[in-house]
Amino acid sequence: MAKIIGLPKLSPTMEEGTLVSWAKKEGDTVDVDDLLAEVETDKATMEFRSFDRGVLLKILVPEGVTLEAEVPVAIIGKEGEDITELLAQVASAGSASAPKSASAPEPASAAGSQPAPESPAVSAPDSPVAPAPEPAPGGNGGRVISSPLVRRLARERSIDLRAVQGSGPHGRIVKRDIESYAGPVAVPSRVSGERLPPEVRQATSMRRTIARKLTESKQTIPHYYLTIDCDIGPLSDARAAINSELEADGKKVSLNDLLIKAAAVALRRVPGVNASWVGKEIHYHQVVDISVAVAVEDGLMTPVIRDADRKGIAEIAEEVRDLASRARDRKLSVEEMTNGTFSISNLGMYGIEEFAAVINPPEAAILAVGTVREEPVVEGGQVVPGRRLRFTMSCDHRVVDGAVGAQYMAALKRIIESPLNMLL
Amino acid sequence: MRELRYREALREAMLEEMERDERVFLMGEEVGHYQGAYKVSEGLLDKFGERRVIDTPIAEAGFAGIGIGAAMVGLRPIIEFMTWNFSFVAFDQIISNAAKIHQMSAGAIKVPIVFRGPNGAARQVGSQHSHAVAPFYAGVPGLYVCQPSTPRDAKGLLKTAIRSNNPVIFLEGETLYGVKGEVPDEGVEELIPFGASRVARAGTDCTIVTWGRPYYVAMEAAEQLAGDGTECEVVDPRTLRPLDMGPIIESVRKTNRCVVVHEHWPYGGPGAEIVDRVQREAFDYLDAPVERVTGLDVPMPYALNLENEVLPTKERVIDAVKRVSYAK
Repeated sequence: MAKIIGLPKLSPTMEEGTLVSWAKKEGDTVDVDDLLAEVETDKATMEFRSFDRGVLLKILVPEGVTLEAEVPVAIIGKEGEDITELLAQVASAGSASAPKSASAPEPASAAGSQPAPESPAVSAPDSPVAPAPEPAPGGNGGRVISSPLVRRLARERSIDLRAVQGSGPHGRIVKRDIESYAGPVAVPSRVSGERLPPEVRQATSMRRTIARKLTESKQTIPHYYLTIDCDIGPLSDARAAINSELEADGKKVSLNDLLIKAAAVALRRVPGVNASWVGKEIHYHQVVDISVAVAVEDGLMTPVIRDADRKGIAEIAEEVRDLASRARDRKLSVEEMTNGTFSISNLGMYGIEEFAAVINPPEAAILAVGTVREEPVVEGGQVVPGRRLRFTMSCDHRVVDGAVGAQYMAALKRIIESPLNMLL
Repeated sequence: MRELRYREALREAMLEEMERDERVFLMGEEVGHYQGAYKVSEGLLDKFGERRVIDTPIAEAGFAGIGIGAAMVGLRPIIEFMTWNFSFVAFDQIISNAAKIHQMSAGAIKVPIVFRGPNGAARQVGSQHSHAVAPFYAGVPGLYVCQPSTPRDAKGLLKTAIRSNNPVIFLEGETLYGVKGEVPDEGVEELIPFGASRVARAGTDCTIVTWGRPYYVAMEAAEQLAGDGTECEVVDPRTLRPLDMGPIIESVRKTNRCVVVHEHWPYGGPGAEIVDRVQREAFDYLDAPVERVTGLDVPMPYALNLENEVLPTKERVIDAVKRVSYAK
């Protein structure tokens, strides 16, 4: 008897997954443990293997679509089995993932071609590129057949191959097809009063995770912000001195490495900030593990420097360099980017003077670092050249009250302005 | 440069190396008094005498083994098989001894020997005498395998082979012996290194990889295709072990398509090896599946009309190039 196969939860935290590619096509026999599809989750691309035996009677969602777990993706049964009832069931479940050929009408949409926007299951159905015509499956079960070269060129030129007509055998899209394709790459001229359709791109799994976590953070954590201006001169001098010591070893530390250390030491002194709101409890952490925000292509990651308060600055520098470069190559393990107790985000290299960052839950605070400003300051009634840097800490008011946050900022300022303080 | 025939280029290589190094000697059936079954060794007996140009009985296992023994104790034998078909009775000597002794003696004993002779089909010599043997030897670690297409490569590679400290399988061709081509002038020494593919013809539209006798078929096909506006780039690997994929991959990245043309059977061997490496190393550059034009998968028929069809033909090469180009 045919059954509907739902998208399995492939990891404990998986809430949704992108169906990257089908390994089977309609009509293929399926055995237990056969690879059905590849699914990109928030963590990695995972294998979706069958628990059932039979024939893949129907594929309900095309490749590239992101779905919540448990949403129907396929029907498996005996060869030739009648599945109209199951298809109707899938369609009436309100899922826009049902194929367009399904006869059952969409419940919330009269137009049919327009998916219900509130659809709970499918976040990005149908054609992701607005001006692209409907895909022409051409008897390939909806799979786009193209040469490896064409796949690479399409990636490089952001061309949706479903819109390209293939002239090779079995409709294969070959080089000449993509070269003669004038498609939506060309920017159309603007007719007055009309708005050009946007270029629509599927959000990657990482972007979705960022969107979900940060929305959750801003909506559930009562943020407030404390800004303090520091004399960064002494720390800059300390950095120069440390680097001249390290020169023989070919090593170097950055101002940011020193700031990680300083922030960590300050957390030891004002431990009320090194905490998390967990349900009805507040967890005060025994360790100081600093998450460092690293920009990567199309997103950001937060590798964690463990025990940053107890590590030497050269050690921190080396660790940051290693973690950041592996973050950019997407080579970090989950362990390396989770369970921090406090975050630092630095946009000083872009000339940003100050900014307020979004807390990285379950941490209770994040320190935003601005740029070093050279400007006149008044010292003992005299105007003298100064080097200043502004820190802004975003705090979770459930955990960190204003006075505690302010004590932390004062402790940080003391360390920054008198780096020897770190040794105390 | 002057023009020489392939057989003359080989003879010059042996002559020069025998003059240069008195450890080099030639042994095989009819190499001496008959001046070589295909006249490759013509004149060498007169010049070097019976001590260094040795006629043997029809006993390949025996003289291959004698050669290997001589190489083990420091001489540099050139063993001529009247054809590579006859090497099968010496297979054990070549595979189990020549290719293994250096490794099994932990490097203590070297086997600097060259086995050479005509390979592949001649003309109507039947299935037992028409083997293209490259797949049998090119798969064996411990051997070098050369299959030069031109007189210049034949001379330059044979000199390198004779100077090699390891056993070399040197595949010539009965129908290649008469081919003429440019060879560096007398007194200009050219050693062609192993593992250096050569771009024989530049082109932009399709890469043809070929060697040995079908090299000339492929070149002819490329000329005809050029008349229709398709410019093929022809790459000759020259040595099948080691196999230099660099220029082949570079070419495929440019042309996005590849046809491999060879005389040996289609199942396995250097032809399939090249296809495997192209699909792996140039995957994202391929616009079509890699095709092969091979000797057909049958024992060679005796009938001339059938033999002509079994060997790679110009028409089959042209068809394959058109298929990978999606041309009519």
